[in-house]
Order: sequence, then C-alpha cells, then structure tokens
Amino acid sequence: MAFSLLLIVVLGATALFFATHLSIPEDRSQRVFAPDLVRRGGELAALGYCASCHTAENGKPFAGGRPLATPFGTLFGTNITPDPKTGIGLYSQAAFARTMRDGIDRAGRDLYPVFPYNHFTRLTDEDLSALYAFLMTRAAVPAQNPANHLTFPYNVRPLLAGWKLLYLDKNPVPRDQTRSAEWNRGRYLVEALSHCGACHTPRDRLGAEIASQHFDSGEAEDWWAPPLNHKFPSPVSWSEESLFNYLRSWDVGHGGAVGPMAPVVAALATVPEQDVRAIAAYVGATLAKPGESEKRVDEKQPQAAEAHPQGAELYAGICATCHETGGHVPFTVTSLGQHTSIYAPDPRNVIHVVLEGVRPPEGTVGAVMPAFADTLSDAQIADIAAYLRARFSRGGEWQNIEAEIARLRRSTSP
Amino acid sequence: MITLNVNGRSRDVDDAPNTPLLYVLRGTLELNGAKFGCGLGQCGACTVVIDGKPVFSCLTPISILQGRKITTLEGLGSEDAPSPLQRAFIEEQAAQCGYCIPGMIMRAHALLTANQSPTDAEIREHMNANLCRCGTHMRILAAINRAAGGMHAAGARAPAKAEEEE
Amino acid sequence: MNAPLFNPSRRDVLAGALVVSFSLRAIPSLAQEQENVSKPPLPGSLKKAPMLDAWIRIDADGSVTVFTGKCEIGQGVKTALIQVAAEELELDPHAIHLVTADTARAANEGFTSGSNSMKDSASAIRNAAAQVREILIGIAAERLGVAADRLRAQSGAIIGPDNRRAAYGDLVAGNVLHVTAQPTSKLKAPDTLKIIGQSLPRIDIPGKVTGGVSYVHDLRLPGMVHARVVRPPSYDARLQSIDTSDAEKMPGVIKVVRDGSFLGILAEREFQAVTAMHALAAAAKWDIATKLPDETNISSIIESLPAEDHVIADKHAESASATRTLQAVYRRPYQMHASIGPSCAVASFDGDALTVWSHAQGMFPLRQAIAEMLRLPEEKVRCIHMEGAGCYGHNGADDAAADAALLASALPGRPVRVQWMREQEHQWEPYGPAMVSRTRASLDAGGNIVDWWYEVRSNTHSTRPPGAGQLIAARHLETPFTPGPPRPGDQPEGAGDRNAVPLYVLSNVRVVHHFVPDMPLRVSALRGLGAYHNIFAIESFMDELAAAAGADAIEFRLRHLKDKRARAVITAAAERFGWSSWQAAKGKGRGFAFACYKNLAAFCAVAVEVNIEHESGHVRLGRAIAAVDSGQAVNPDGIANQIQGGIVQSASWTLYESVHFEPRRILSQDWSTYPILRFGTVPESVDVYVIDAPGEPFLGTGEAAQGPTAAAIANAVANATGVRIRDLPLNSARVKAAIGV
Ligand code: FES
Ligand code: FES
Repeated sequence: MAFSLLLIVVLGATALFFATHLSIPEDRSQRVFAPDLVRRGGELAALGYCASCHTAENGKPFAGGRPLATPFGTLFGTNITPDPKTGIGLYSQAAFARTMRDGIDRAGRDLYPVFPYNHFTRLTDEDLSALYAFLMTRAAVPAQNPANHLTFPYNVRPLLAGWKLLYLDKNPVPRDQTRSAEWNRGRYLVEALSHCGACHTPRDRLGAEIASQHFDSGEAEDWWAPPLNHKFPSPVSWSEESLFNYLRSWDVGHGGAVGPMAPVVAALATVPEQDVRAIAAYVGATLAKPGESEKRVDEKQPQAAEAHPQGAELYAGICATCHETGGHVPFTVTSLGQHTSIYAPDPRNVIHVVLEGVRPPEGTVGAVMPAFADTLSDAQIADIAAYLRARFSRGGEWQNIEAEIARLRRSTSP
Repeated sequence: MITLNVNGRSRDVDDAPNTPLLYVLRGTLELNGAKFGCGLGQCGACTVVIDGKPVFSCLTPISILQGRKITTLEGLGSEDAPSPLQRAFIEEQAAQCGYCIPGMIMRAHALLTANQSPTDAEIREHMNANLCRCGTHMRILAAINRAAGGMHAAGARAPAKAEEEE
Repeated sequence: MNAPLFNPSRRDVLAGALVVSFSLRAIPSLAQEQENVSKPPLPGSLKKAPMLDAWIRIDADGSVTVFTGKCEIGQGVKTALIQVAAEELELDPHAIHLVTADTARAANEGFTSGSNSMKDSASAIRNAAAQVREILIGIAAERLGVAADRLRAQSGAIIGPDNRRAAYGDLVAGNVLHVTAQPTSKLKAPDTLKIIGQSLPRIDIPGKVTGGVSYVHDLRLPGMVHARVVRPPSYDARLQSIDTSDAEKMPGVIKVVRDGSFLGILAEREFQAVTAMHALAAAAKWDIATKLPDETNISSIIESLPAEDHVIADKHAESASATRTLQAVYRRPYQMHASIGPSCAVASFDGDALTVWSHAQGMFPLRQAIAEMLRLPEEKVRCIHMEGAGCYGHNGADDAAADAALLASALPGRPVRVQWMREQEHQWEPYGPAMVSRTRASLDAGGNIVDWWYEVRSNTHSTRPPGAGQLIAARHLETPFTPGPPRPGDQPEGAGDRNAVPLYVLSNVRVVHHFVPDMPLRVSALRGLGAYHNIFAIESFMDELAAAAGADAIEFRLRHLKDKRARAVITAAAERFGWSSWQAAKGKGRGFAFACYKNLAAFCAVAVEVNIEHESGHVRLGRAIAAVDSGQAVNPDGIANQIQGGIVQSASWTLYESVHFEPRRILSQDWSTYPILRFGTVPESVDVYVIDAPGEPFLGTGEAAQGPTAAAIANAVANATGVRIRDLPLNSARVKAAIGV
C-alpha cells in the first residue's frame, strides 16, 4: 500500500510534466481505400478481437458500450465506428496511429491500458493503415456510451502519462533467427495484435502486465485465464495441431472455448488459416512442457467418491448423462478431466459453466450445455466442483467454493 | 423411496435416485405433460417448474428434489378447467403437433409468475431455450402475450394463483 | 408416392397440356379419363373404397361415426374432416366421432402425405355424407308418407313440414348404408354452408395443452414394458461381437434381443432400458463399412452419379428473338425432418397376432412391410395410427414401429414400447435429398421470357414402405431384407421434379428431371419433396430475370402469368405487404415468391423483409406476409396455422439447416450439430391471408409455403446485399463470404 501511494506521488509529479498532449485536427476528408487493404484490415481486426470489447451485448458491431470490469473500476468499450460525433469518424490516420501506439486519443486524452495499446504500439505501419481502412469503412453508428466509473486516484487521467513512462515498451516485436518464419509471424500476431497477454499474463498493482511473468495466467471478466506456458496445469498436453484445432473451433482432446475465450475462437474461425497456424506455432511452443509426450488424465474416482459422496451422486445423475458417454455426445470429450478449468487454482470457470451453460451463436453448430443455475443449489454445485477437483486434479482442494458460487450468481444474474 | 412434491401432492416413488424426473413423471406417476425430446437439455420438451423456475426434467435426478415444489402441466389446470395460460393457448390455437407445447407452457408459466407483464422481447428471450419444429412460434408468443394481458386484467389474482400452485 | 414407374410418352403429353392450359389442375381429371373412360370417377378416396358405410356409420342410438384412412399429423385434419361430415349430415360437429387410420376399421387411403388429405378424404367424406343424408331422407319419406323434397335433415333427424321427425338412428335399420357411392352427390350449395368455412377450434388441442393421452408416446397398456434399440455407428456397420451378460444383469432388464445386427433391450421401466442401452452400446463391437461422400462437394458428387433422364416438359413455339440469356446453378443440401419428439411405437404380440400403434403416415403400407418382415400373414397384423410429434414427411416412425414389432414378437404377451433416442432420430431418419438444378432463360428486347431451360438432379423422394427392405431393422437382421429399387415419382405431382415446371406462360420450355438412383445418404419424403428446391430455384431465377429486364419482381411475375387464382394471391400478398410503398434502407431487403403447390394444389405467395448484419452476415427476419388460396376453405384458421408454421419451418431450413457428415458417420446427431431457428430470431410477425374459393375443390395446403418462403428469403437477401446466393442454407458464414468485408 505504502509503495503504491509513493508510486502515485511519483507518477503525479511526472504526469504534470508530460500529461499535456495536443489534439489532432479533425479529418473530414473523403476517405477512399484499396479493397484489399480493407479486407486485410478486417482480418487483422478479427485477429485483434476488436469487436469483443467494442461491442455491447446484442449491440451494433464496434459501437462500444460493453462494460469492462477492472480492479480500478468499470470502463466501457468505446464506439470505434466512423460516426463523427460519438465514434472515431474525425480521426485522421495520424490520430488513429497515435491512439494505437501511444494510448492518446485524438483530443489528446490519455487512454487506460484496459485498451491494450501496450501491444498495439508494436503493430507495423502497414497493419495500422489496414486496420484504419477497415474501421473507417464500417457503418457509422451514433452511440453515446456510458462514462467510466473509476475510483480515485485512477480517475485522474494525467497519471496515465506516468504509467506509460513506467510500462509502455514501444520496441517492435523482436525476430528470433533461430525460429521458423511461422513462429516469428505468430509471435508478432500474438504480442502486437492478438494481445493474448492482456488476459493470460498477470498484472501488477497498477494494471500492467508483469513482463517477468509472461503468460503465467491471468484474469478475464472474472474468469481464470490459464497459463500459456509450461505452468499450464492440465496433464493433457498440447500440440501445435490440437492448439490450432482449439483456436479454430474445437479439439477432440481439449474440447472447446467457453466464456471470454469463445468470441476469440469465433473470430479466429474467420481469418486465414496460416495466421491461426502461426499463432498455434508460437503459443504451442511456449505451452510445450520440456520432454513431455502425450499424457493421459489420471483418475482417482474411488477416493473422490468417498471424499465427496454427494458430488459423486450428482455427477452420476446429471453430468454423466452427456460427459460419461465416452465423447459420443457431440462436443463432449471422453472425460471431463480433459478440461483445463478443473486444474485451475480456483473454481470460477467450473462455476461459470455450470451456472450459465454454454450456447453457440444462433444458427451455428457448436456445443450446447444447459444452465443449471435454476436446477442446482449453491451447495450442490459446490459438491460437484469439489468432486471433479478431487477426481481429476492433483492440485489441492478448492477453498470457499460455495461463497464463490454465491458471489458469481450475484454478479452474473441480470 | 423418495418423496416428491408434485402439483401440491406428495408422492412416494421407488425409482433409483439417479433417475431423471422426466421418466418418473411419465412412468411411475403416469403424467403425460412433460415430454422426452432430447434428454440432453437442448430442447425444453421436458420443461417443468421447480420452486418457480423452469427446469429440464430430463437432466434432473429425483435425488435432488426432496422437499422441492414440482409443478407440471397437469398442475396448472385440466381439460375441463384449464388455467388462464392453457386457455390462452387454446384460444390462440397455439399448436400444430403440440408436442413441444407442454414445455412451452411450463417455461412461460414460470415467466408470468415472476413477471406479470413481460415485453415481447423479454418473452422471446425467455422462451429461447425451448424448441418448436412445427414453427408454431408466433402463436406461442401470441398465447403468452394474451395470458399476460389476461393476468393484468385479472389483477392480483394471477400471482396469488401461481403461488398456490408452487 | 408409389405410383407406377414413369412413362415418358405420357409425361410429355401432360407437360405439353400443362403449358397450353396454363394450369396443371386440368390434368388429374384428364388422367382419370384415360383410366376409366366409361363412367365418371367417384370423388376422392371413394374411388378406393366405394361403400358408404366404409366412411359413415350410424348406430340405432343415433351415434354417428366417421372413418378416415388418413392420420392426424398435427395438421388439424381431424377437425376439418368432422366439419365436412357435420355440414352434409346437418349435425353438430361434437356429435360426430371420428376414427382415423386403422387397418382393422378404416378405408385404405395409402399415405397421409402430399397435402392430399382434404382432396382425397374430405372429398370422399363430404360426398358420402351427402349421399347418406339423401338416403335417410328417402327412407323417412316412405316412413312419414311425405314427398322427399318436403323433408329436411336437421341435428340428427329428418323433419317434415308438420314437424314430424324421424331420428337418424331409427332410419338405419338393416344395412341401408352398405351401398355403393354414386359419382355425383347432392352437395349443399356454397351459400348454405354453416360449418364448412368456420374456424372451428381444433378438437385435439385442449387435450394436448392439459396433459391428456395425445400421442403414441403417452400410450400405457397393462403389463407394458420399455425397450430401446442400439443402432450401428453407421449405415452399413455390422455387429461383429457383443457380450450382453453385463447388460442382462442390470436392474429391471428383462432380456436382450439380438438378430444379426439388430440389437434391442427390454426392461420394466423406461430409464432402466435407457441405462441398459448405454451399457449394451458400450459392449458392442462393430465392423464399420460405411463410406459416406465428402460433404463439402456433395453437389458435384450428385452430379457425377449416373442418372435416368425424364423430359417432363418440352414445348417450342414461335417467339420474339432473345436479346440476352441468363443462367444459374442452385443447390440444396441434405436437410432433416428432425421431429421434436423422437420416433416411438408400441407393439403387442399375443403369440398369434400382432398389433402395432404407430405415428407413421401409412398404416396399410406399414402393415404390409411388418408382416413381410415377421413372415406373418397380413391379416395377422393390425396397425393403428396414434399421433406423434410433427413428422413433416417420412421420418423414423415406420422404423420405430418395426423395432417395436420385432421386440414384441420376442416377448409374447407383454406390450412393448420403444422410443428412439435423440441421436438415433437425427442419425437414422431418411433425409430430404441434396439437389442441384441448372437453369437458363432468355429475354427479348421487351424484357419478356422467350425461352426457359431447367434441369434438376435428385435422388428419390420416397423410400417408404411397403417392402420390409424399407425398414432399418429389417436390413439389419441375420437374414436381411433389401430395399426395393428407388422410384423417381410421377408427374403431374412429381417428386424430385415436383414444381420443376413453372406455372408461368412460356412459349419455349424444356424441363428435364435427372433421376439419380444411388443414394449416398438415406433419403425420403421431406415436406414438399423437390418442390422446396425447385421453387427456391425457379423463383430466385425469376427475380434474376426481372432484375435483368429492369422490371419489378411482382410486375414481372404477373406479366408471365394468366392463371387468375395465381394472380390473385400474388396481388393480395403484395398489397398486404405494402410492396409498392416499401422503403429501402441499408442492410434491409424485401423478397417475394409464389407457387401453386404441385401445380395442382394450394396457391401461395410469400413476401418477406430481412435485415442483414453486415459484420456477421446474419440474416434476421422481419415481417412475413402470405396469401393462400386452398380452394373451398374448410377451416380458415387451420389453413393459416399450416402456412404460418410452414413459413417459420422453411425459414429455419433456408437460413441454417444442412446435415453434416464425414466418411464414417453422420455428424448431425443432436440440436448442437443440427441447429434450427429459435425464438430469438423468428420473424417479427407472420400474417397469412386466406382467400376463400367457395364451390371450388379442396386444395392441399400443408406443404404450400415451403418453397415460396425459401425463395422469398433468398430474394430478400439478394435485395439487401446486392449479391445473389444460390446455395442453401443462407447461413451467416455464407452470406458474409458473399458480401465481403
Ligand atoms: S428433453 Fe429435456 S431438454 Fe430436451
Ligand atoms: S407444435 Fe409441433 S413441435 Fe411445436
């Protein structure tokens, strides 16, 4: 606490010095773009999942309004359609580039790092202009979004200038000559555009990704975001191929994405295959555990049933209907033990799925799991979670599961 | 023996504890309302109301239902004395084959019990979990809207009735 | 559906006749004349069962029973048939008891399919009822000594001028109704009808919404046991070996039945049967032989398979010279019935005779197939129809009945109830065939069509019984039955070529049906048969031609139509929709389509509005408006209900649906792998305008909306995006790919 106060003071001082940025003049010119540039921009926007933060639930694409909860308060995804009043319609390419690279909007205000410019700052000029071309050719949607609710001192924007001094590394993504072109391509996409670290790397007190703990696991919308490196806790190992399948749709060994990762996979399904293969090559390499080959789920069923008889019975009566059929029900894997969430340090992901269920976008093929919020009590869900944990994971028991369930019920129920 | 509270009556059933409620309703208790559609929680044909909430009876083992209030289609009304919601379905002729309708009525019943005057958007959102293959959707929506209207007209009676059912 | 094999010469004659007369409705009568030249034909199914008491029975106590060989399949036919009988018998509809398809009681009316129930059964019942009424009046005239023309029928009695009355029950002594029907009847004049034309509430709905025994699924017989079958993982997989001992030891299990690759389990309670079925499935070892084609290029595979060519229209006349020619290819994937309730049947074998309760569409053909499969004489098998979940054609119902029959014959004395699991229904039902059509047409300088060329390629659209080989179980037996040769179906109704001949006035037209006998996937009748695809193709192409001619879609259609009733539904739908005043907007589109189902049944025009989300390509339905002419409308609300349902169902097929498969198996096994339309995206509104045609014959309606809806949506998507998509379904990915970034 003392430390962060001190920091704030230091930041405050530096801020006063740096925090004044000029606004960039309005650009009202007629913009024309090469169709190929726009198309590529669309692919890059999908690889960067712009829509997921900049689109509200059932809202117009890119019109913003999605609440993004952070430890510092709630921010709202902004309108990045070319609407002149409420969107970015008046942004020149220079203003757009400054926003993406320096986290400073056209008017000269510093932006919060929940907008991951710490990644985008490393995008190439070509990719930036493609993204600009794409966004500027979207339908302009007039949409005024709610103001952010941030607590002091985080609501003092100028402090962000100091934050940037401390954290904003603008160096391009380095090339590793010892690695394949595909791997390097993947590294660039992941670090500069797809910003996987924004969720999968832990953040410090001031919300910055901790570089020394790159991909060690993080947070996304109150879900646990697993490590993308050797710390990956599940015994079911990843290959480039299985990761590619997972990122593209669904993998027979690991199942499919749920929660905040689902829209990511939905977006990756629309981009050129080689981009996803490149991402799989880079992340697959960091995920691989040294000297590890295909590992099996090891079950401790009898002990688990003994320790959690209630959970075992509920599992047999409910979950097993689909999850004990050896993968015969579509989109179920042979064992729930293949799902990463069971190896997480906390039960949030399991709870989310049981409470909320899983549903693909209307009219598309994808896993369907009913929500059990109305069927099961907190105690019953806790029994199931404890049983699954004990049956499959060598990690310790989860603590205060029931309290977590109650908390998530409150935060997720409308 | 497990004791279930079905439509206000307590019923002892000797089915295995992991038996889904659907099979106990249809088999042991000889109630036709809840239907088997998928057994996977994907279609809602088996929907019943438990403690006021719509639930897929095909994925609900009776072992967890001790002491909980189960309402099935039969608990709303009978052919001679249909409930306002059932009457609304008859008045709108909201059925083709009708196989999905019991599940639709139960899901809608839970909604109207909690919210007497849902908007059309709220009804569509709430009903999204149940499938109809005959394309009777528009009439189902009309019936629910009609019942909601009826329940307003009926003033406080509707929720009171709903409570005594639960 | 099981018409004699196609005879080219006759089909050509008919096709010619069609184009000249601008309507195929002339043809059935023409066809009949060829069959029985001597005396005029009996109306509807009276042709098949001419005795009046096969249709109407009146007991001494005055109770009236009407018999139909058709089935209630959710289309509301029971109510309509009762209305027709009540009208001519001058009875309160509630005084009539209706018996539906039952091989022991009702006339053999074949299948309840092709939207033929009103044409076949209602025509028969209406004429029989009128003739019965006249017979009763005749008898009463003698009894009362009053001239027949001074007597009238009223609520169950014949009444004389002096109000003397003779109740129906007192007039039917002896077999007075056991007489042959006459070709013509004294039908009530259109302006005197009291019950026909009323939207009588359906008699089956109150029971269905309150938990009555409404479906074969709800049938509970004394001593009934529950069964499940274990199906192979793929079509031709054979059961290599299985150890059934574990399953046999499970609670409630009565026995395991195995015959070749047919595997079933019988238990006291339903969930016990389900649990044991899973154990049995896990224990089974299969040889998987099936090699399904590559889903991604299924249409070129269909086009590469050998085909029999049938020319179904070929007419050439002088016409203005062509100034431009358009051509296009339209494709439709395999799509499924996907009934919401998996198929179910109950069977009971007493050691000598078998009774089967089934929701299949044809009780007599089913009886024939089951008798053949069990090597029983037909008279030892009785098939009784009970409702199931909507089937929309030939789904798993017959196969489930066969399963029940086999399992019941293995456990004499105890009725056996079988219900399929969801996965079994999805994987084993016969799908609506994938189809491809190629079309080419030319316009003259005035923007009129001067020639029209259309070729459609399709599998059969009926693999129904009779023939034990049509039943899955029979093919899996130790000594298997093999299916009969696939049939192309026969014009004028057609199958793959149903509605392949446009109703439009065309001076030069050639239509060819390439019938493809080989069936890569199991297929059969799905609501509308080929009409769904052919109307999608023809009505999409009409819009493409209209655009090329710079004409309005409606005006262009009317320009090429003479048929008054066709023009009437088109004009009505366009007006109700507000076609001429419609305002365009970005991402918003309107579409129109029309067809006369089978070119001889109901006329239906559909107009829809869509909104397309550019970023995702998702198509959202706005308003849908339909106008329909079903001839003399017996129950207008019933007609509206069928059309509304047809529109929503066809929208689901058209936007989302295609069966997925890989070489070894069908992948569409449940609702997650075969998504359909949900409440979240059904249209804003669906309004249906029923145009009554008093005095006209009843025209089948059940399938009339499927094709027009598909084309109207495709046309609306083209209107909204400026891109024409000719492959179904019009799902988000396909639309997005078409409109680009
Ligand atoms: S039967 Fe329960 S959801 Fe389908
Ligand atoms: S009415 Fe038949 S499934 Fe809904």
